[in-house]
Amino acid sequence: MGKITFIEHDSTEHIAEFESGSSLMQVAVNNAVPGIDGDCGGECACGTCHVIVTDEWFGKTGEINDAEEQMLSMTPERAETSRLGCQIRTTEAMDGMTVLLPEFQM
Amino acid sequence: MTNNQKQTTVIVGGGHAAGALLTTLLQKKYQHKVILVGEEPHPPYQRPPLSKNYLTGEVDQGSLYLKPSSIYENAGHQLRLGVRVVQIDRNNKIIRLSDQSTLKYDQLVLATGSRVRRLNAPGADLKGIHYLHDIADADNLREQLVAGKRLVIVGGGYIGLEVAASANKSGVDVTVLEAADRLMQRVTGPEMSAFFYAKHTDAGVDVRLNTAVTGFEAGEQGCVTGVRLANGGIVPADIVLVSIGVLPETALAEAAGLPCDDGIVVDEFTRTADPAVLAIGDCTRHRNLLFEKMQRLESVANAVDQARTAAATLMGERVPYKSVPWFWSNQFNVRLQMVGLSQNHDQRVVRGDPSDEAFVVFYLRGSRLVAVDAVNLPMAFMVGKKLVYQGKDVDVEALKDPSTELKSLV
Repeated sequence: MGKITFIEHDSTEHIAEFESGSSLMQVAVNNAVPGIDGDCGGECACGTCHVIVTDEWFGKTGEINDAEEQMLSMTPERAETSRLGCQIRTTEAMDGMTVLLPEFQM
Repeated sequence: MTNNQKQTTVIVGGGHAAGALLTTLLQKKYQHKVILVGEEPHPPYQRPPLSKNYLTGEVDQGSLYLKPSSIYENAGHQLRLGVRVVQIDRNNKIIRLSDQSTLKYDQLVLATGSRVRRLNAPGADLKGIHYLHDIADADNLREQLVAGKRLVIVGGGYIGLEVAASANKSGVDVTVLEAADRLMQRVTGPEMSAFFYAKHTDAGVDVRLNTAVTGFEAGEQGCVTGVRLANGGIVPADIVLVSIGVLPETALAEAAGLPCDDGIVVDEFTRTADPAVLAIGDCTRHRNLLFEKMQRLESVANAVDQARTAAATLMGERVPYKSVPWFWSNQFNVRLQMVGLSQNHDQRVVRGDPSDEAFVVFYLRGSRLVAVDAVNLPMAFMVGKKLVYQGKDVDVEALKDPSTELKSLV
């Protein structure tokens, strides 16, 4: 159990509680955070759960595989610490993490 | 709608469209009360895994739910599950439920989805013949998918092929019978059909094209033992799955006198002919500003995007439906991502080599890109999502030239 803060493009903050093991996308969806859709349910098939992890937390979010990299490479608002939320498996080490949401999902 | 008084919005249906609508209304802090009436005992859930990793047992039931029910209820909304709507009385703005109760509505949203197309053939009611539409169907089918059993799948579309791949993985002996001369004929081009034919055949699935079914063989206690073919042959079976498409669930709307045309007819704001009634998802024949013709689409993307349009309409915003259709399918190690509608193309451009299991088919109409099917190439899918939405002409020669980077076409 921990907390992750999602910050919308307009700076609105949402603090979401999470259980380790669920995906970051699911954490956002379970807490009705606007700006993260996750339409495909976490299959890395739609590209609608783009998040930008704050620099200091990026290293804790795991590796980006080829499919995710390809999806991100065409995502508008791509940043160096961009991830697809469905590909981040939450761990206890992410308690207190802050992630930013883009203005638009694709 | 006036803003001061709390009104009631009722959603009929508990599927993906209904769930996405409720979610969007939560996110937008909709001030009116929402009651969702769903026939299944489950809160809105993801159907796509039912033919894939839910069927193989890799994910559990709880993980299918879009979100926990408490999220909706804590916001003051209500889920009435396990109950069916039997009648809509538009004059009095009341719906009647199967438990004899009634609900008064100010706004009604029909998200009734689709139902499976049944095969009318001798023996179609035998035990062991399955359809796949909901969790209960998937649970019943999964119980039967034991290594060594013989599963015969009638219909080589998405669902049939996904189940074929899942069952093959579980050690089941699978045969797919397809009436057309290629797989997934309705939704994709011949290159993709050929690729998936090879993929299934290589894995040991017995795929038979041009093979029409005329009935079923009965064994002891009314159990199916085989599938009878138009050519006179019989394919022995322990289990049969009929997956020959779905029909829009329009009965309630029709009985209520709402215009239907193979789908409940709605405009680009998801409005039916009655200003108090909207309709979204698989059940609709709808206006999408990207297309000239009215569309009916069976997909998650259409369900959630129309739900978002409906949420805007309910909140008095006027945001017309303009959304590029997209789909996906996972079979074996193959990730197929599709965008746009390929039916009216006049030229196809293939990039990559199907034997590498990473290739893409672009569907053009003139110099406009109308659809993209990408196998294990997510970037091509994303490029397609942009280009198809933009609807602009593309440089066809550059598209054909493998040395042109796809990214540069956007």
